Amino acid sequence: MRPVVVTGLGLVSCAGEGVEAHVAAYRAGAAPRTDAETFAPYPVHPVAPLTLDGQIPKKSDQRQMEPWQRLGVYAAGLALDAAGAKADAALKAAMHLVVAAGGGERDYAVDGQILTGLRGAADPGSYLNERLQNDLRPTLFLAQLSNLLAGNIAIVHGVTGASRTFMGEESSGVDALRIAQARIAAGQLDIVLVGGSYNAERADVLLIHEMGGYLRKPDYRPVFDRGDAPGFILASGAAFLVLEAEEHAKNRGARALARLDAVASDRTKRRNGSVAESLTQLWGKAGLLTPDAVISAATGCAGITAEEHDALTTLAPQAPVRALGDLTGHTLEAAAPFGAAIAAALVAEGEAGEVAVTAVGHRRGEGVLRLTTTGEGR
Amino acid sequence: MNRDRDAMGRPLVAVTGIGVVTSLGQGVADNWAALTAGHSGIHAITRFPTEGLRTRIAGTVDFIAADPMVAPLLSERFAEAAADEAVAQAGLSGDFPGALFMAVPPVEIEWPQRQALAEAAATNGDVTYSDLLRAAASRRFDDWHDLFIFGTVADRIADRFGTRGSPISLSTACSSGATAIQLGVEAIRRGEVEAALCIGTDGSVNPESLIRFSLLSALSTQNDPPEAASKPFAKNRDGFVMGEGAAALVLEDAARARARGARILGYVLGCGEKGDGFHRTRSSPDGAPIIAAIRAALDDAGLHPDRIDTVNAHGTGTPENDKMEAMGCLAVFGERMRSVPISSNKSMIGHTLTAAGAVEAAFSLLTIAHGRVPPTLNYAVPDPGIPLDVVTTARDVPVTTVLSNSFGFGGQNTCLVFGAEPA
Repeated sequence: MRPVVVTGLGLVSCAGEGVEAHVAAYRAGAAPRTDAETFAPYPVHPVAPLTLDGQIPKKSDQRQMEPWQRLGVYAAGLALDAAGAKADAALKAAMHLVVAAGGGERDYAVDGQILTGLRGAADPGSYLNERLQNDLRPTLFLAQLSNLLAGNIAIVHGVTGASRTFMGEESSGVDALRIAQARIAAGQLDIVLVGGSYNAERADVLLIHEMGGYLRKPDYRPVFDRGDAPGFILASGAAFLVLEAEEHAKNRGARALARLDAVASDRTKRRNGSVAESLTQLWGKAGLLTPDAVISAATGCAGITAEEHDALTTLAPQAPVRALGDLTGHTLEAAAPFGAAIAAALVAEGEAGEVAVTAVGHRRGEGVLRLTTTGEGR
Repeated sequence: MNRDRDAMGRPLVAVTGIGVVTSLGQGVADNWAALTAGHSGIHAITRFPTEGLRTRIAGTVDFIAADPMVAPLLSERFAEAAADEAVAQAGLSGDFPGALFMAVPPVEIEWPQRQALAEAAATNGDVTYSDLLRAAASRRFDDWHDLFIFGTVADRIADRFGTRGSPISLSTACSSGATAIQLGVEAIRRGEVEAALCIGTDGSVNPESLIRFSLLSALSTQNDPPEAASKPFAKNRDGFVMGEGAAALVLEDAARARARGARILGYVLGCGEKGDGFHRTRSSPDGAPIIAAIRAALDDAGLHPDRIDTVNAHGTGTPENDKMEAMGCLAVFGERMRSVPISSNKSMIGHTLTAAGAVEAAFSLLTIAHGRVPPTLNYAVPDPGIPLDVVTTARDVPVTTVLSNSFGFGGQNTCLVFGAEPA
């Protein structure tokens, strides 16, 4: 198996833009920026303001995307810059892409008008047809399709090896990293851009997660201290990593920030204790020894969050356990990429030689990642 | 040389089970009979009112229902039926001995559910999302959470078939089904799993999905008669017809399949893919990404283009796709392409979107098994710009290899090569 290294990171979240902002936020440990007003009673963690032109130069491209795509394309551009790949057209044309994503936003005004009209419509079926045909923006579909984040990264940045988009909430982010890492390790690929993005500042996703009662209300509290009102606070952000074979990075003179040693994932039937058991098993599978830090994508949901915390304090009694929810907020599909990216940054900064990342989905899926120093990072 | 390894020393990937559901019927036997007889599954939509719509036809699967009738649940039902058949044919019982790779359509709340939430909110003024959120907070709609998140369909299929590990839900738009197979092939070649259940499913013919494609001018508007609307490669082609269905393949490390005495139905010899950054819905005008994807699949299979016996086309029936696909095939195969039989199943079942790559993989394997290339319906007016041997009635020819193409919005190009025997 070939060693797999991280050579570029692109991050945007409520903690700011770029690796430094995220490492600084990790060190400071202050509460993440939260907006509890706009969608009250649901708090969200809004993304820091971005100068889109910096990564998406054409206004026409910006216009054809919805926010979740713009965030992802922006962060992907940062990662390509950091990896020294942005100006290398041939390298990008050979670079593959694995994206973890849900879907895009709706036209909220149109939805509202249609629902209002349907209430009194004599023939609801044909009313719906007529309104949708007249009121939907034709290009909105392309801003909603799950695989069009990857499509836009190909268009804007020229990353055109080939792309695959994984869906399925938190576990899609873990599996995007797992399969990307495995393909490189096995020699099926040399270099891949992998990551995810999420826009939380939208009513339709709040609606999905309010159904089921998974949203924390009405204010922010630390993830492991939400016993009073369990749940997650959705966050806008995007995280992308350039992964490549160590040899490939060396040959093109790219600095390896950290090694992505292992990504282990599973899906166990949820019952009392199953998350702790699964994490313990995956911890062994990932080959974790004595990590200097543990970054957890714990959601804050009832039961599983406490279970994960207990398991982690047993597995890594020496290491601080930090929740991404207290740093970036919960970015669903992008959570595992955020964890991997911040872990790689800590290794690159010399703050840790071995970092564990965990991601337990609010409904399903468990993942454990191991990142270590490359020997060049310190 | 080990007969269970390919020329590159990788484990050979055998197909030991196939299952199909389309508008032509449930199961491989019914589908193959209808497909080779040239029957069409395209008909007027009855699932919802179509008054005022420019396109009122589709290849919906009307003999399997879901309650509520929403895309993810219907997709799950199709997938379940296809996977039942594939797993049974493979002779596997108990937990499936490998991973699940599943192409599923993107999921969101649908109009009947939005309406129910709006009604529950009982607001007098204009309805807004605040009202819907208030209704959701009543806890009466909590069951809909799982129904409308992206991972549920694969999660339930994983439960039902006892697949191992974290199931993959994926989308590469209209090449998704092919990508599910490619992921399975790669996992077996890495030695990560000995078997993979690869599924593509799509049950998303509903008003908004139809209208979205219609607004992009992607759909045929020749509603009458429905069976004549899908006209791949014909000069008068005017868009695709939405279809529904699912297909499942059981892939196995050939060594394992042989060791357990399973009947090998064929091999996935090669997979190729190439991204296209030209445009969100259109291919690079020079066809380079399509050409690269076909070449990558042939290279991966270790086959010279001359070794391909027939092409199972993506053949959507849109002016753009068929022109670019023909150009790509001609570039790779050269003059010989003019006499390589090519056919598009979409002429009969419509474009099954997320499922298409898997459904057409299944039909490619059946083409090999029966030595019969199914026809392309409605090829009455040949397009002089597409000088290809489009098969118009089922043709009996020895087939040992098939190239199956899948192309999608967002610059997705995925090609698969199937063979009767290792290359």
